[in-house]
Amino acid sequence: MAEPRNIWTFRGGLHLDDHKAVSTGRTIEPASIPERLVLPLQQHIGQAAEVLVKPGDPVGKGQLIARASDYVSASIHAPTSGKIVAVEQRPVAHPSGLSDHCIIMDSDGEDTWGELPPAWPDYTERSAAELRERIRWAGVVGLGGAVFPTAVKVNTSGQRAIDTLIINGAECEPYISCDDALMRAHPEDILDGIAILRHIIGAHECLIGIEDNKPEAIEALRHAIETRGERDIEVVVVPTLYPSGGEKQLIKLLTGREVPTNSLPASVGVLCQNVATAVTVANAVLHGRPLIERIVTVTGQGIRQPGNYRALIGTSADRLVAKAGGYSEHIHQLIFGGPMMGFSLRSDQVPITKATNCLLAASQAEAPNNDPERPCIRCGECARVCPVQLLPQQMLWHTRAHDFDKVQDFHLFECIECGCCAYVCPSHIPLVQYYRFAKTAIWTQEREREKSDLARRRHEARQTRLERIEAERKARLRKKKEALEKKPAAQDDDPKKAAIEAAMQRVAAKKAAQQNPEPAGKD
Amino acid sequence: MIAAIVTIAGLSTVFGLLLGYAAIRFRVEGDPIADQIDALLPQTQCGQCAFAGCRPYAEAIAAGEAEINRCPPGGEATMIALAELLGRDPVPLEDEDAAEKPKAVAYIVEAECIGCTLCIQACPVDAIVGAAKQMHTIIDDECTGCELCLPPCPVECIHMHPIGETIQTWQWPYPKEAAKGATHG
Amino acid sequence: MEFATGSSPHKIGPQNVTRVMGMVLLALVPGTLAMWWYFGWGVLINLMIAVTAAVVAEAAVMSLRGRDARPVLLDLSAVVTAWLLALALPPLLPWWQTVLGSMFAIVVVKQLFGGIGYNPFNPAMAGYVLLLVSFPVTMTRWLPPDVVSGQALSLADSLHIIFSGTPPLGQTWDTLSSATPLDQMRSELSENRMISEIRQSPLWGDFGGRGWEWIGNWFLLGGLFLLWRRVINWRIPASMLGSLLLVSGLFWAIDPETHPFPAFHLFSGAAILGAFFIATDPVSASTTPKGQLIYGALIGLFVFIIRTWGGYPDAVAFSVLLLNMAAPTIDYYTQPRVFGQRKHDDA
Repeated sequence: MAEPRNIWTFRGGLHLDDHKAVSTGRTIEPASIPERLVLPLQQHIGQAAEVLVKPGDPVGKGQLIARASDYVSASIHAPTSGKIVAVEQRPVAHPSGLSDHCIIMDSDGEDTWGELPPAWPDYTERSAAELRERIRWAGVVGLGGAVFPTAVKVNTSGQRAIDTLIINGAECEPYISCDDALMRAHPEDILDGIAILRHIIGAHECLIGIEDNKPEAIEALRHAIETRGERDIEVVVVPTLYPSGGEKQLIKLLTGREVPTNSLPASVGVLCQNVATAVTVANAVLHGRPLIERIVTVTGQGIRQPGNYRALIGTSADRLVAKAGGYSEHIHQLIFGGPMMGFSLRSDQVPITKATNCLLAASQAEAPNNDPERPCIRCGECARVCPVQLLPQQMLWHTRAHDFDKVQDFHLFECIECGCCAYVCPSHIPLVQYYRFAKTAIWTQEREREKSDLARRRHEARQTRLERIEAERKARLRKKKEALEKKPAAQDDDPKKAAIEAAMQRVAAKKAAQQNPEPAGKD
Repeated sequence: MIAAIVTIAGLSTVFGLLLGYAAIRFRVEGDPIADQIDALLPQTQCGQCAFAGCRPYAEAIAAGEAEINRCPPGGEATMIALAELLGRDPVPLEDEDAAEKPKAVAYIVEAECIGCTLCIQACPVDAIVGAAKQMHTIIDDECTGCELCLPPCPVECIHMHPIGETIQTWQWPYPKEAAKGATHG
Repeated sequence: MEFATGSSPHKIGPQNVTRVMGMVLLALVPGTLAMWWYFGWGVLINLMIAVTAAVVAEAAVMSLRGRDARPVLLDLSAVVTAWLLALALPPLLPWWQTVLGSMFAIVVVKQLFGGIGYNPFNPAMAGYVLLLVSFPVTMTRWLPPDVVSGQALSLADSLHIIFSGTPPLGQTWDTLSSATPLDQMRSELSENRMISEIRQSPLWGDFGGRGWEWIGNWFLLGGLFLLWRRVINWRIPASMLGSLLLVSGLFWAIDPETHPFPAFHLFSGAAILGAFFIATDPVSASTTPKGQLIYGALIGLFVFIIRTWGGYPDAVAFSVLLLNMAAPTIDYYTQPRVFGQRKHDDA
């Protein structure tokens, strides 16, 4: 074994009870096919996908039903075979609880694959651009929760050369264990994905970061690396400290490099991908299969059989819960994601999306966040635990004062919403919610300003146009008037008289020229 | 005595030159206050302030001829922003009811439109497309919701559609409000 | 079914304001008992009076403001304020002065600024300073510790003195009271005595005043408990005591006959109490890591300056209040570097 690698640290962070054992007891349950699937067009960062089907269309499993509509966008595929029922607004998994455009399909129970692109076991023969196009077709997005289109992320041309690929298996948030389960069960697939990603971005080194509370996953991956004789891939064990799985935090831990504010990891020569994303990339390239299912941790005291379940994208949350034995009597709150960063919804009638890594059916004791807010006593704990070293108190003051310029001066948009500050706050101030409020309020302001700028420009353009038309109209009128005035005058005058006058003028000019020969000569 | 006079005279010359230079060097074109006010106004160009658009209203405020509370689309927020900019005291809005109206865009019922172009002429931001005897339609993204197209329409085929909240425009509620809403169901 | 909703994080840590304040109170217990041991019942009687006055005042203000008083009283911050104030007061202070100080701290310094979290000054120290400048005679009338005087006032006598304002029959203030070691050091130094001479007095122990140094030790124990429980962090106490030691050590090294040994500064007056319990009051202190070091160091420096050349014997209260004023400025200039921000970027 190589000597242990140096692990750097990041400031702040929290030691939390991980509650992961609750869901890691069983093997991953395979997906079942629900009768109905609801597929939101916006499951990723960027533009919503563009629908390619219409109600009544039969679709095969894996068929492209909505394509990436922009560079930053992601395709959506039919998770099973069946028939499109509708394209309409449906409630989706979003903190607002609002509806969004979705494709609704019924499965036929056959689960027959549609036409798929060829498998590329010989992907090393393919160019990076071809592979990116395949990843783009497959609708691969970051499965750690950020859901940023992977095809865009791995396009590092024009940036600093990437020397290190980091695979994020830290999974630092309590309760969630889907990546852990994946690493234990399919280390080979992860290595396949890594090989493809390295081929695309040309990174000579790969580090897999895993928190030390997942010894089986670490062992499984190390074993797989050894048996395959992989080189320049190393499993790096990091101490369990939330949020070590934050992209910039993990990069700091593994490489000591600090990604500058407002920059991407590529600026320090690193690309970071989640383990599940790597597996999806491998599926897309080696088997020509799109992203149509994912592993979801269903856990919490409010669930009867906590565990990791494969689920087709578009499966309703309540169906997945039913598969996990249904709710127990402790159910109080349903959280999409983990307890630190997830969002809660009133209803479970919403589909699982590419972003859903965890369904936490929490009891009152597990999610007691309805304590009244007390005044801040400036204890500074929030600043101490902030992994980005922000000043949460200052941001709170300015948010309360609705002074959004000042909040941004304190780097509001560097906040990763990890929740450490609110967790430790002795006054139980929902700090993260204040920041989210400020962020969305700033976006709204920006949108409104853009809209009012547009209205101003259009209004001004209209004004100038109206003025121009008015001026032209006046000019025409004047001309007409002049012409009218001239005409009678011309009729009065004798044309002969005018001719005589003109001739006399010419004679006078000639005479004048003769008297001043010099200028004339010059002419 | 003479030294004092010379000093004072010298000083005043120096400062005079300095001020003169500054006046030229830092000259500001146009009316900066009116520009700043105009930037705060919502640009709906609706004329509810009794001026012909946002710019004239901004100029009137700058000249001290108009109160800052006459912009219903801007509502309380705009009034307060104006009060802050101008160092005036906030005043209650002139027309509270109008300010509370939800944002909306105009919508033409195309089956009823007779193609008279009257609304096109009324629209302050050219957000209506169409031609004589042709059906008209409204460009949603560019409509400011000013309602100026409603009165001219001879067949009353224009309606205001409120803009619903979408996932893209949704705002996280301010924590206190959320605390109230967070009840166990 | 419909589920409860809320913003993340859905899990909140175990800490709350009441626990923090309770921990501070717990940490104050050993030092308080030590004071009771050396200075008698007056210490505890003061404590009772101050706490009662503070709680009543806070409840009254909250009801005047039309707010619910219960959560505010339950956070124990008023008790902490009153407790700290009481520890700073001479043990036989007339009761109404204690009440006045305590109410001033709560009503004027804390509630008028908006209540807990909004007070720019440390309420306990502001209350103490008000009393010190208003009632200089009673406020400097300390007792000698029992180990020196050999006489302990009974509970009844203490109550009598505190509530009547006069010494018990057959005793005068002169026989009863004594200056604090700091006070004595000051006045005798000003009479050009040598330190070695001054230290002949029975008031002196190994480092500071007899009894006082043990009280300091017990407060130190409480402070270490707070550090261990992470209620406070090390920066302010360490930098404050460090700078006090450094500066006093420097002057002592120059002339040990006119400047007392550094440990004397540490174990006299309110230095230890101030470093761990008063300067660390988070509301009025600096909050940035670098800022806290500067804040503490400047308090230590001012303590030495005021003790040596100022008009009052002890200086912790004045130094803390002075630096309370400077805290926002210190914070402004010591903002930490945000993750990923380059060193030369502006803040």
